Amino acid sequence: MTEERFEPRIAAFLCRWCSYTGADLAGTSRIEYPPNVVPIRVMCSGRVDPTFVVQALAAGADGVLVAGCHPGDCHYQSGNYKTMRRYPLLANLLEQFGIERERVRLEWISAAEGDRFAAVVRDLTEKVRALGPLHWKGAPPARYRTAPADREEVHAHG
Amino acid sequence: MAEKPKVAFYWCASCGGCEETVVDLAEGILEVVEAVDVVLWPVALDYKLKDVEAWQPGEVSVAFINGAVRLSEQEAWVKLLRAKCPLVVAFGSCAHLGGIPALANDKSRRAILANKYLHSPTVDNPQQVLPQEASRVNGYDLELPRFWDEVRTLDQVIEVDYYLPGCPPPSQSVLAAVEAILAGALPPKGSVLAPEKSLCESCPRKDSKEDRFSIAEFRRVATSIPDPQTCFLAQGYLCMGPATRSGCGERCLHGNMPCRGCFGPPPGTRDQGTKMLGMLGALGEADTPAAAAASADGLADPLGTFYRFSLAASLLNHSRCREEV
Repeated sequence: MTEERFEPRIAAFLCRWCSYTGADLAGTSRIEYPPNVVPIRVMCSGRVDPTFVVQALAAGADGVLVAGCHPGDCHYQSGNYKTMRRYPLLANLLEQFGIERERVRLEWISAAEGDRFAAVVRDLTEKVRALGPLHWKGAPPARYRTAPADREEVHAHG
Repeated sequence: MAEKPKVAFYWCASCGGCEETVVDLAEGILEVVEAVDVVLWPVALDYKLKDVEAWQPGEVSVAFINGAVRLSEQEAWVKLLRAKCPLVVAFGSCAHLGGIPALANDKSRRAILANKYLHSPTVDNPQQVLPQEASRVNGYDLELPRFWDEVRTLDQVIEVDYYLPGCPPPSQSVLAAVEAILAGALPPKGSVLAPEKSLCESCPRKDSKEDRFSIAEFRRVATSIPDPQTCFLAQGYLCMGPATRSGCGERCLHGNMPCRGCFGPPPGTRDQGTKMLGMLGALGEADTPAAAAASADGLADPLGTFYRFSLAASLLNHSRCREEV
C-alpha cells in the first residue's frame, strides 16, 4: 500500500471587505490553489478573537490563516492593527504550548489580490504539510470531532 | 431542636491557603459552627477514610473540596465525598480551574519526576530511585498513590454543584456561601458564587484611566514599582483584571500588585488567557509587524501570565505536542 500524502486542514478567517473578496476574485479568475482551506468570513480581521484560532486548532485544524485588509485600508480604520498586535503574542503563547508558530499566519490580502490569496494558500499549505499533522494531545471535545476515521488514527497520541 | 446540618472540608493538591481562609473567619467561625457541624476537616481534625465510608448517603449535607486533583488517592476521596454528599462545592482556584498546581501541566509527568528525583541540584540519588506505586521494604508491602499524567480541576473528576473562586476565596464569600446554603437560597446549579462583572468594574483605580490609552511596552513588578493610584494596564503592567471575575475584595490591587486572575474568567468567557491576549491587542501602540513582535517579546512567559490559575481548565491544556518536555 502506498503511503498517502498528508493533506493538512487549514481554517481561514477572512475579512469580509478585503480578503474574502480577494478569495472570491481568485475563484472568479479561475486561479488554482489547494483545496485545503476552509474559509470563514468575518466582518474584520480584528473580530478574530484569539480564542477562535485556538478553537480551530482544537477542533482539528492543522493550521490557521487570518487575513485582513492592508494596514491603513481597514474598513473600520484600526481593526487590522489590533490583529497585528495580537498575532505575535498569540504565536509566542502557542510556541510555549509546543505549537509551531508557522502553523498560524497573518496576511494582508486586498480585494484586488486574488493571485496573492492563492499564493498565500499554496505556501501555507506546503509549510503546514511539511510540519505534519498537529498532534493535539487529548482528543478534541466530542462536539468538535468531525474528522474521518483515518485522521483519528493520525491523531491517536495518548 | 433539630440536628444541625453537617459539612465536610477536604483538601487535594493545595497549599493550605484555603484552610487558612476558614480560620480567617475569626469570630465568624463561631457563627458557622453554631449553624453547622464540621464533621471532616483533615487540617484540624483526625479523620480516616473508613469514617467517611461509614457515613449514610445524605447524612453530610455539603462537601467543600479545595485543591486540584492529581493523585489516585485524591480521586478516591473526592469520588467518595461525591457519593456521600448531595452538594459539592469546588472551593478555591485549584479546585475551580486547576490553580497554581496546574502550571505543572506545562511539563510531562516523566519530566517532573526526573527533575524532582534525579536532576535537581540538591538531589542525591545515585541509585536513581523513583517513587513506586508498590514496593517491598523490610518485609512490608508499601503503597503510594498513582501520580497522574496531568493536574485536573475538580469538575474534570466529579460532578460539581457550585464553585467558590479565589486564591484563597475571601472569608466573606465563604460565609455568604454557607448562609446561602443554609437558607436554601442558591443560584442555579453549576454557578460560580461570585459577581458576574469583571474586576475592572470594582477596581479602586477605575477612575484613574483615560477612556483610551495604549501600552507602549510591558513593565514588570519585579523590576519597577507601579504608581499606587493609577490603572496598572495604563502603566504597562499586565493586569488580568479585564479577563477576571470580580468579588475578590481587590486584595492584590490594594497591595499594589496587578490582578493575576485567580477568580477565573467572567461568565461567557471560555478561555481566560486568549481573552486577555485579545484585549491586549486593542491596547498596543505598535503599527508595524516588527514593532508588534518586539512589543510581544517584552512579555515574558505568556503561558504563566495568562494561565497562572486556569491552565487545567483552558482550551490549550490538551494541546501539548511535544512528548518530552
